[in-house]
Amino acid sequence: MDKVAIIGVGQSAFVRGYPGSIRELAFEGFRDALEDAKISVTDIDASIVCSAPEYDKQRSPSGVFAEYLGLIPQPTFYLESLCSSTSMGLRMAYSLIKSGLHDIVAVVGFQKMSEITSAESQERMGRGADIQWESPFGTMMPAYYAMFAKAHMEEYGTTLEDLALVRVKSATYGQLNDKALFRKPVALEAFSDPNHFMSGPVSSPLRVGDCCANADGSSCLIVASEEKAKVLNQKPVWILGLGAASASVNMSGRDLFTGLAVAQQASQQAYKMAGIGPMDIDVAEVHDCFTISEILAYEDLGFAKPGEGKDLIGSKETYKEGRIPINVDGGLLSKGHPIGATGGSQIRTIVLELRGEAGEMQVKDPEIGLIHNIGGVGLYGTVTILRR
Amino acid sequence: MSKTKEIDDRFKKFGTVSFTSVTKVNDFIDYLEQGKVMGSRCKDCGIVFFPPRADCYKCLSSNVDWHEVQGTGKLITYSQLKYAPVGFEDDLPYCIAVLDYGNYKIFGRIASDIPEEDIQLGMEMKTTANKLPNGQLNYVFKKP
Repeated sequence: MDKVAIIGVGQSAFVRGYPGSIRELAFEGFRDALEDAKISVTDIDASIVCSAPEYDKQRSPSGVFAEYLGLIPQPTFYLESLCSSTSMGLRMAYSLIKSGLHDIVAVVGFQKMSEITSAESQERMGRGADIQWESPFGTMMPAYYAMFAKAHMEEYGTTLEDLALVRVKSATYGQLNDKALFRKPVALEAFSDPNHFMSGPVSSPLRVGDCCANADGSSCLIVASEEKAKVLNQKPVWILGLGAASASVNMSGRDLFTGLAVAQQASQQAYKMAGIGPMDIDVAEVHDCFTISEILAYEDLGFAKPGEGKDLIGSKETYKEGRIPINVDGGLLSKGHPIGATGGSQIRTIVLELRGEAGEMQVKDPEIGLIHNIGGVGLYGTVTILRR
Repeated sequence: MSKTKEIDDRFKKFGTVSFTSVTKVNDFIDYLEQGKVMGSRCKDCGIVFFPPRADCYKCLSSNVDWHEVQGTGKLITYSQLKYAPVGFEDDLPYCIAVLDYGNYKIFGRIASDIPEEDIQLGMEMKTTANKLPNGQLNYVFKKP
């Protein structure tokens, strides 16, 4: 009796300008997960609250949430690893349960980004990098990932059209996801039409359509010991492998610009722990904060050889009917990217897929799923492997 | 008479907007004013750092020395920003980039007088101290 399961998943709709406070936003994902797990708040032994704090006016949100969600007097604490916060929260929940300290832990992710302007948000995200040595040059997330895109295009001949194809796929599935921010189709031609907003330059070579959007949202995972999972839940999804790694925050400390070393390292750890390889994965969610990020993920996770990620999207192998369906919920590009809630939303999608409950987004009978969730510009990397 | 302790906040002069004012490597700013771009080197184990550090993570020594960035490095990658974070709008467009000097790399900006069509990955560039229009200091990559 030492396996750990996810017994409940939930998320709010990801929106712009959520009409409520952060505690009310967190409540939406939490209630969704509790109803999914069919348990009550008193069953939960501890909670981990995950977000990137620079967007919050509230100091130490975990205490405020514990009160609002009815999780007092159980222990609660805050955890942050930028955009990978909830996946890191799941890792922490796993270890709390494996250690025997707790039986059921709630991982609550949230972000309300809309209270500040997009430019201010970019400035804050730039400060997710090295504020002493990099931010004074005027950095922002799209520009960093653009440098990876530039290096990948130069090294492997990946094209702007390959990047656009990732967005086209994303939009195909975003339309099916009622929690997604963007639910309209995107035509490849939009990227070659200078009058279309998708083709607008952001940071060369990335265009507006290559970037995900800020959003407000919350997510929640209910994690349980094997014993509790078997008693409480009809369809537990088991945590099979966990990997996590970090890298130099300053780009001057990086050796690799055609991939993310943290994703390679985290996936190798997760595959080893699970005792499987990339060919065994039936469905995956990858951190497509930018179109190039998805192509890097294909290669870093071993779904394609280095330089061949473009062929995977070009041949539609990552579509729902393909060899390895990826981001069939629309990904960050369509759902929007509420930093602290994103990992939980990715994990939710894979849990629903493995249970056969993903509705229109359902891929055919998957047994093993993978979640790749990155913090910063490949600063923190997490890979999670789940089995039904 | 009240005694006020003087704060060495030279680092607030670094970059268009600085987010750090106090650091043990504040002398970096004085060197920039003299036209020099400096990294640091651990005197105990010899490891070379850029950006400069006050402490060596390898042997835990704080016995570090300055060394001047000289010669050229190879341009590994870059991106030209068409949209900037708050406080950097007047600098647009500008390119951020990484140069590889072999035993260290440097992240910074490409000089604003180099048009994007003249920039090729793999080209050799030198790192030069630079004064910004608002009086702040940084360093930029130029053709040798």
